[in-house]
Amino acid sequence: MILKIRKIAVNVEETHREIGREISPATRKAVAVAVIENPFAGRYEEDLTVLMDIGAELGTLLGRKCVTALGITPAQAESYGKSAMVGEAGELEHAAAILHPKLGAPLRVEVEKGAALVASSKKMGSPGQVLDVPLGHKDAAYVRSHFDGIEVRLNDAPRASEIMVAVAVTDSGRPLPRVGGLTHENAIGQDGLK
Amino acid sequence: MPDVILRKTAFSLEETFHEGGPVSSNPPRRAAAIAIIQNPFAGRYEADIQGFMEDLKPLGLKLATRLVEMLGGADKVEGYGKGALVGADGELEHGALWHAPGGYAMRELLNDSSAIVPSSKKVGGVGSRLDVPITHINASYVRSHFDTMEVGLNDAPRANEMALILVMSTGARVHNRAGGLAAQDIVGKDGLR
Repeated sequence: MILKIRKIAVNVEETHREIGREISPATRKAVAVAVIENPFAGRYEEDLTVLMDIGAELGTLLGRKCVTALGITPAQAESYGKSAMVGEAGELEHAAAILHPKLGAPLRVEVEKGAALVASSKKMGSPGQVLDVPLGHKDAAYVRSHFDGIEVRLNDAPRASEIMVAVAVTDSGRPLPRVGGLTHENAIGQDGLK
Repeated sequence: MPDVILRKTAFSLEETFHEGGPVSSNPPRRAAAIAIIQNPFAGRYEADIQGFMEDLKPLGLKLATRLVEMLGGADKVEGYGKGALVGADGELEHGALWHAPGGYAMRELLNDSSAIVPSSKKVGGVGSRLDVPITHINASYVRSHFDTMEVGLNDAPRANEMALILVMSTGARVHNRAGGLAAQDIVGKDGLR
């Protein structure tokens, strides 16, 4: 097996009140994170195909973990995002190889459709550092109420030769959206933008 | 006593497959539940606070029930712990109100849970993290089950809030080999051995 997972963590956040106002139903976000061995730690490797294939596996695994943790059907997912933090013996390009070529397609299967670009972030890091996963609407990137993010961190990861890979999925936008723009209800969802 | 005003709940589930040693055939899992509530005593000294423990009982049961579900049933749970993070306008003593409603909610749902529920508490700002201790539910001396789970949220606890936390685990540390009382040797009478 190419993919060697040391640990998986799944977090769900539910916001019931914000600035004194009740949020009903509560807005909900999930983030699933896998801590994996970096096969290229400590050396320069030209061909990153192995990491791209790992990305494909994680798109399915982590996307499904989020949807399951939220207790929703794939169609009920509204926004998503992906991020990676590479331990110090790796390089930033390893995060790019996991996230960009192959992770998106299987993630879209898990959340049904997903016409929009999957928002992403990447960084080098060490155990306990924060990874902020950006969130955007899954079918129409311009839906302003769904621009958001979720923080994830693990006190024991990533170690030097590890990579932390995170996928976030929500069933809602921000708790009290009121900055206008395209709404979830008015999104067409064909071109991934509007 | 005042109402329990809930702003946010968060749930974390961790599975550890290995930590540099052999991959576990039964990876230990840990789950945490956090509730962010308004601290009804924030900003003043209140002498009589004990009534709030009664008000917190339904919240304790709700969080404990969710943890048992996340771990696949009461028979899967072998360790537990609890904690409180009190926002800066509160006092440490407010966090102590969680001992009874948090601990007894878990013990109500778990069979053979004679051991005291270990705990930690502190006053902290938004984004502070709490290391919640975990020990075996039926015998505090079981060494393989001594563990800790770090919890916290980037947006809590605000000054007038408290984060109330429960944690459960399904078993021993992934590569436990430090000896001591083993889970299969528990007498299970006094909550210690």
